[in-house]
Amino acid sequence: MLDFNTNHKALVLTAFGVFVVLSIGVAVIPAFQMESYEPLPKQEDLTEKEFKGLQVFVGEGCVACHTQQVRNIEMDNVWGERPSIPEDYHYSKQRLDVWRQSASILGSERTGPDLTDIGKRQPGAAWQLLHLYNPRAVSKESIMPSFPWLFEEIDSSAVKEEDVTVAVPKEYLQESGKQVIATEEAMQLVAYLQSLKQPEMPENSAPEFIPFSKVKEPSGNAQANAGGSSGLDGKKLYMNTCSACHQANGKGVPGAFPSLAGSETVNNQDPKKMIKIILEGYEEMEDYGPMPGFADQLTDAEVAAIMNYERNSWGNEAPEVKEEDVKEVRSSLSEEANQ
Amino acid sequence: MKTIKNFLLFSVGILLPFLANAQNEMTDNWETSPGIIGTVILIIIVLFVAVIIFLAKMNAYIDRLKQKKIEKERIAFSDELTALENEEIDQILENRKKALKYNLKGDELGSKNKAVDKKGLIKRVKKDPNNSFFDEKKKTPLSIETPQKLKEIVTYYLAASTFWLVFGTFIGEYLGFKFVWPELDNISWLSFGRLRPVHTNTVFWGWASLAMIGLGYFVIARTSNTKIHSYKKAKIAWLLINATVLFGNIALMSGINNGGGEYREYIWPIMLMFAIGLVITFYNFYKTVASRKISEIYISNWFILASLIWTVVLAIIGYLPFYQNGLGETVVQGYYMHQGVGMWFMTFTLGLVYYYLPATLNKPIYSYSLGVLAFWTQMLFYTMIGTHHFVFSPLPWWLQTVAIVFSVGMFIPVIAGTTNFLMTMRGSWNHISKSYVLPFFLVGVIFYFVGSSQGSFQAFRFTNYVWHFTDFNVAHSHMTMYGIISFILWACVYTIVPKLNGKEPPQLLVGAHFWLAFIGLFAYMISLMVGGTLRGLSWMEGEPFIESVILMQPYWVWRAVGGTLMFISHLVFAYNFYYMVKKRPQKVTHKIETVKGESVTV
Repeated sequence: MLDFNTNHKALVLTAFGVFVVLSIGVAVIPAFQMESYEPLPKQEDLTEKEFKGLQVFVGEGCVACHTQQVRNIEMDNVWGERPSIPEDYHYSKQRLDVWRQSASILGSERTGPDLTDIGKRQPGAAWQLLHLYNPRAVSKESIMPSFPWLFEEIDSSAVKEEDVTVAVPKEYLQESGKQVIATEEAMQLVAYLQSLKQPEMPENSAPEFIPFSKVKEPSGNAQANAGGSSGLDGKKLYMNTCSACHQANGKGVPGAFPSLAGSETVNNQDPKKMIKIILEGYEEMEDYGPMPGFADQLTDAEVAAIMNYERNSWGNEAPEVKEEDVKEVRSSLSEEANQ
Repeated sequence: MKTIKNFLLFSVGILLPFLANAQNEMTDNWETSPGIIGTVILIIIVLFVAVIIFLAKMNAYIDRLKQKKIEKERIAFSDELTALENEEIDQILENRKKALKYNLKGDELGSKNKAVDKKGLIKRVKKDPNNSFFDEKKKTPLSIETPQKLKEIVTYYLAASTFWLVFGTFIGEYLGFKFVWPELDNISWLSFGRLRPVHTNTVFWGWASLAMIGLGYFVIARTSNTKIHSYKKAKIAWLLINATVLFGNIALMSGINNGGGEYREYIWPIMLMFAIGLVITFYNFYKTVASRKISEIYISNWFILASLIWTVVLAIIGYLPFYQNGLGETVVQGYYMHQGVGMWFMTFTLGLVYYYLPATLNKPIYSYSLGVLAFWTQMLFYTMIGTHHFVFSPLPWWLQTVAIVFSVGMFIPVIAGTTNFLMTMRGSWNHISKSYVLPFFLVGVIFYFVGSSQGSFQAFRFTNYVWHFTDFNVAHSHMTMYGIISFILWACVYTIVPKLNGKEPPQLLVGAHFWLAFIGLFAYMISLMVGGTLRGLSWMEGEPFIESVILMQPYWVWRAVGGTLMFISHLVFAYNFYYMVKKRPQKVTHKIETVKGESVTV
């Protein structure tokens, strides 16, 4: 028999051997198995720019506070439509370069929001850039660090045509009178963030969330298609989709995102222009960042619900918008596009 | 025998229909349905009976072995007797006769004799003692004779580790402030994301690792009753590990990060230096133990040698690239970060406790076998539980379940260890009033139990639901790495350094260190636990995320307060350490005043 008490060789070799065997069983073999998952049919590889953005993401240590995993429990469904699956990470978790391994993007702390679907939630580059320049400009209570070294501040006269300018409210400028320009790294990082969307699953194959409580309330979707005054909560939709830029009080961020309170477009009797802006986006407003379009993200009923909330809050007064109005504008837009 | 077998068959027979029934009753509240509960209870009864049978069998078997051994020893003894020479027997009888005739004279305690200190035991004579408020605590009674070179190695390692402790926790403190004032600075090298790994890696590889190895050198030489295999190798490893932390931190602050996986942030060329340092240290320790002058390997050395070899394996598996794309990396990350704590810090530190705790109390460890049990179960259970950091994640469900089950298994080594240490302390509680070494140990041991058990509970799926991703995790990691590891390391430092250098720091300052660290940790822990729980509940309610940020603000303030106390305590510790090791001019130490007032030095 091995006498561990007096035989140091036996002791060390046994401890070493058993540990190696256990480690192979619990880490190396499962790791090989997990590596073999193929991407989903509609999943796209990262472009070179997005991949560089991922490297910035890792270098700045974003993973310390932001997870990228929608767990299969009910509370996580605010971060994605379905739980994350191994296939989701096929492209984003490749070795970065010779020196650095694949990024630990799943994370272990959610000090800030999960980013699995951030590209869908915050598609606008203007918002992302201002938020990176100073998060408190768009979200007063945020404790995220500012990343001013991803930007340059130059004289307005020195701005070249190819430069991407960031609309920054005056009080957040480090030096007044300057113009903020995004560096290449900032643009890469934003490209990466915009690319973060849950890939679509083949129909009916998505795993389901484990509910926290056994009794589930019937979801509001059944009534959703009923019409303009549907069961949809316009306020909640606004808070989830619009408030990051236009803020919860509808006043926007002066110098970056326009106010909706008292806005001519919002209060207009004819809702067509407003519907068009929401669906298509808008870039023509001076002194403000461009707005992305939400045609792909919101249904007609949802657009109508949001509009009705906006048109009757913060002192605004305008007649109700119907789902059909949105539908009409949407189809006229697609006709235009086809011509 | 047959009756037992019949009984087992019988119980299985009873069980089966119940199991089938339970299947049918799968409804909404399935886990509280009587069928399931009944089944579980029955299974437990059967298991219980099976365990009793097994134990009875084992007992009989061990008894038989014991009988054989006793018989053998008896034969050996009588053989020895018959082999004795006549003169030897006479000598033994003569000695015995003398011993029986011995009587006390009655003046041994010197009531009428002159009091003379023939051996120079009295160091100082005081004319007016009895100031009970500022009575000095007991000084370390003896200094241990240690080779100058070993002293140097231990001091080098501990000095470097103390530096990294102060540096690393200064960074941690600064990060804590950033939760309260996010605009503290706008310098890329000092931004939160880059500094966070600087804090964790510095206290891991700088403070705790170097301190452990330094304290380990003393244990390994002392318990093997021999000298260190190579002092030069010890110094090379020292250089390598310090270089790892230095260059690693510079890389992190300049934005070079291996991938963001916790404790794996140093890129491989830098971590390679650490691995080489570990291999050298292992070789050095192993060779020292191999050349020991006693036949047994003391239990401390089991833990220390194993933790070194395990950590080398861990670093290699953690950094090899072949299986780390996709979620392969995540599996390895869970394995690596948990084993980094379990196989390196926890195992090594336990090894230190097995030596320094009995040494400071001047008595043997309570149970050697419990130590051996703790050793093997530590290896079997701890290795399996890495994935409990990824419960509900897209990692395989079975892997998560294995991790949870073995997390519960961790109760065995934890209870074995805690019992052993507390029972060793039993009967020596008066040491608490004499010095601060035992309080440091006691806090460390209690946290060993509480922190580890809490970790096991946190692995459960329900608790994970509430706590995972919140600041509760941060509280847990400080409860363990600080409450267990750091407190025990300090206890060991205060045990050994005064003995090496013959100089004890003022009790007031050691006390300040203890209380600041303890109260600071408590404030830190409780605030983040309460805040973390509330945050988890807020998420479950589906409130907007920013609400949970606002909710945390007061708790982050309290964390910063606790962190500040902890940091101040480290400054005090650094001073105490300096006080203990600073070189003093080798002046003559004894001054005696003669009757005429002249001073004579001896």
